[in-house]
Amino acid sequence: MSETNDSALPRPLDAPRPELANARDGLIAGEASVPWGKSRRTVMIYSRYERFWHWSQAALIFTLAFSGFVVHGSFALIGFDKAVMIHTIAAVVLILLWIFTTFWHFTTGQWRQYLPKTGLLAVVRFYAWGILRGAPHPYSKNLWRKQNALQSLAYLTFMVLIGPALWATGILYLAYPLWAKLAGATGLTVVAFVHTAAAFMMIAFVIIHVYMTTTGKTVGHYVKTMITGYDTVEMAAVEEAYLERQQPNILR
Amino acid sequence: MAAIRRAAVAAWFAAFVASATIAFGQTGATPVAPSGPVTSRPDLAKARSTADHSKFEALKGPFASGPEVTKACLTCHTEASKQVHKSIHWSWAFKNEATGQTLGKKNVINAFCGNLTSNEPRCTSCHAGYGWKDATFDFTSETNVDCLVCHDRTGGYRKTPAGAGHPATTPLTIGKDVYNPPDWAKVAQNVGIPGRENCGACHFYGGGGDGVKHGDLDSSLVAPSKALDVHMDAKGLNFTCETCHQSDAHIFAGSRYASTAKDTQGAIHRGAERHVASCESCHGDQPHKAAAPPAAIKAYYLNGHTDKLACQSCHIPEMARGGVPTKTLWDWSTAGKLKDGKPYAEHDAKGADTYLSIKGTFKWEENVAPHYAWFDGKVRYTLVDEKIDPTKIVEVNKIAGSHDDPKSRIWPFKAMRGRQAYDKANDTLVYMNVFGQNDTAYWTNFNWEKAIDAGMKSAGLQFSGQVGFVDTVMYWPLAHMVAPKEQAVACVSCHSRDGRLANLAGFYMPGRDHVRWLDMLGYLAVFGALAGVAAHGALRFAMRGRRGASGGIH
Repeated sequence: MSETNDSALPRPLDAPRPELANARDGLIAGEASVPWGKSRRTVMIYSRYERFWHWSQAALIFTLAFSGFVVHGSFALIGFDKAVMIHTIAAVVLILLWIFTTFWHFTTGQWRQYLPKTGLLAVVRFYAWGILRGAPHPYSKNLWRKQNALQSLAYLTFMVLIGPALWATGILYLAYPLWAKLAGATGLTVVAFVHTAAAFMMIAFVIIHVYMTTTGKTVGHYVKTMITGYDTVEMAAVEEAYLERQQPNILR
Repeated sequence: MAAIRRAAVAAWFAAFVASATIAFGQTGATPVAPSGPVTSRPDLAKARSTADHSKFEALKGPFASGPEVTKACLTCHTEASKQVHKSIHWSWAFKNEATGQTLGKKNVINAFCGNLTSNEPRCTSCHAGYGWKDATFDFTSETNVDCLVCHDRTGGYRKTPAGAGHPATTPLTIGKDVYNPPDWAKVAQNVGIPGRENCGACHFYGGGGDGVKHGDLDSSLVAPSKALDVHMDAKGLNFTCETCHQSDAHIFAGSRYASTAKDTQGAIHRGAERHVASCESCHGDQPHKAAAPPAAIKAYYLNGHTDKLACQSCHIPEMARGGVPTKTLWDWSTAGKLKDGKPYAEHDAKGADTYLSIKGTFKWEENVAPHYAWFDGKVRYTLVDEKIDPTKIVEVNKIAGSHDDPKSRIWPFKAMRGRQAYDKANDTLVYMNVFGQNDTAYWTNFNWEKAIDAGMKSAGLQFSGQVGFVDTVMYWPLAHMVAPKEQAVACVSCHSRDGRLANLAGFYMPGRDHVRWLDMLGYLAVFGALAGVAAHGALRFAMRGRRGASGGIH
């Protein structure tokens, strides 16, 4: 329980709270420490939908990468027609998942998690050197900015560059019979080129992403977090108070 | 709360499935149109006919020759010969409007026996007429039309191999074959709609024997299984040739000289006239149907091929599938070797000729993957008056078409390889006189100069006297021996690095094509990332002892 929150909860919402005078600014700036008190609480930082999205997306991306490179002719562990079938179904499901997830991001306001933020260099320095000598991570997770600056940048790239390049060219690829007349000799070549290039980028992203999950306090910590949804994060007293009252079910 | 969440998850899942069904369900919207009863089967046709030809006075006979029977036929079928006169089966001439060339057996040179002129009595054993023994043949004669070769339903009518289209007058033995004079009256009284064996008597044996020429037409199609041809399947649909090659006043749909490479008219409604022999004229251009995914997904993709791929390219997986080999190479240049001054023959294990002194060296093949090429339906022949380049393989007929031409599709062909005589001074292919009991015929005297000189002279052409031999290839589009769908060419047969379509350029095909430098960059990025994280991980592991007690913070 909180060190500063010693009075009994709940208390009337309209009670005077002079200590909150500057809290709002602190919260929005994403400051790791708000001077008027903080604690570490285990809280659900990845909601059930977020985890469903993450893991189903992961499964679909692995499926698509495997079947996609069979279609590409890189290897032939399953037949071309099976690969096309699997790739098509997985692609359609992933596109639907992304549509739902985009909707989720905007209705919940979670899209703000991916906005660029300061501190990128510090995070890069940490992974390049600090982590090797056991320095603390320069960024401290909190509920409204779960990601550090490097993560934000990487996921933003994933969501506005690699993802759209794949689904835009993927939809064109799937629908090729409908626009084949306009394609000429190079239409499909261009689509396939961009699709393949983005697929390689996606695989590189996944490799680094998977590796980065091992950099937590234990090798499996981040993966466990993405499975259970719970992590221990820094929390301002006001935030904790709010959650205790409004969303007690996400606190552990 | 939990119940509500479960309901929400279920709703999302339902939405996935519904969207997928909407996305792919459309391809299965049009139902398959059943073809209905097959009325052109000869046995049914006879049972349904309003005329019993054995009851006609005019057909009682006796008859002593073909023309006498034809004369009797014409007493009722007054216009029949006039119709046949307009057909290629009679004229053996064809004006190709697309190229301006005059083709037809009378004019072209092929990669087999070569040419008609000066060899008439042999070649015209397959003419739908009587007596075309030389250039003096009367093409206006109505009684010279041979009704029986197409309409005999007794199986007892057979023209002799070198009788200028006449059957035997007295029993004739050639090798193991006995050609008996037909029972004219019996044959005349048992005429009917042609069966496969009628058309096959010539079309299965072109080029001098069973299966020699086409690769997709041989005697195995007289009574084929479903596995050999789904349409002609004797125990199933039992199509005759005319079920597809519909005739109109004795003119038949379908041509190798001017083909319909892509039929955009679509499936023809019942009752409508049909003058094409294309697959699409019945099946349409979106023939693959399925009601729901995943079959509907496959149907959608397969239908996406029909604009660029002839049905035959997938559905005729191999040629010569019926147990009869087809000739794939004919090398005339080795002809003329004699043993003890006499011509001889060599055979393979199956009894097929591999060498004949009169014809040269042969290669026979069964179950062969076809040659694929873009084809717009236009075929240009290398006629006798056209210059050739003897340093290259001469295309006896050229197949036109390309990916960018909306009328072209990829078609399967039998590529017949040859090595044929040519005029070395003039750089042209030549007519040659091979048949005949005379001083010039190659098969009698084995002298190329004389044979070619006589062949050219018979067409009023000059020959320099210098004989050379040139490698040739001739393309025969494939349209028969349509396999059951389960045996269609597999996707990966073409969608792979060295697949069946490896030699076709000008378009991107998944599985076959890739941009080499992009793949190199891509693999570099992937393996670079792997190497990077491996190095980073190794460093972390190596330096783990120097870490502070706190380690990572989360």
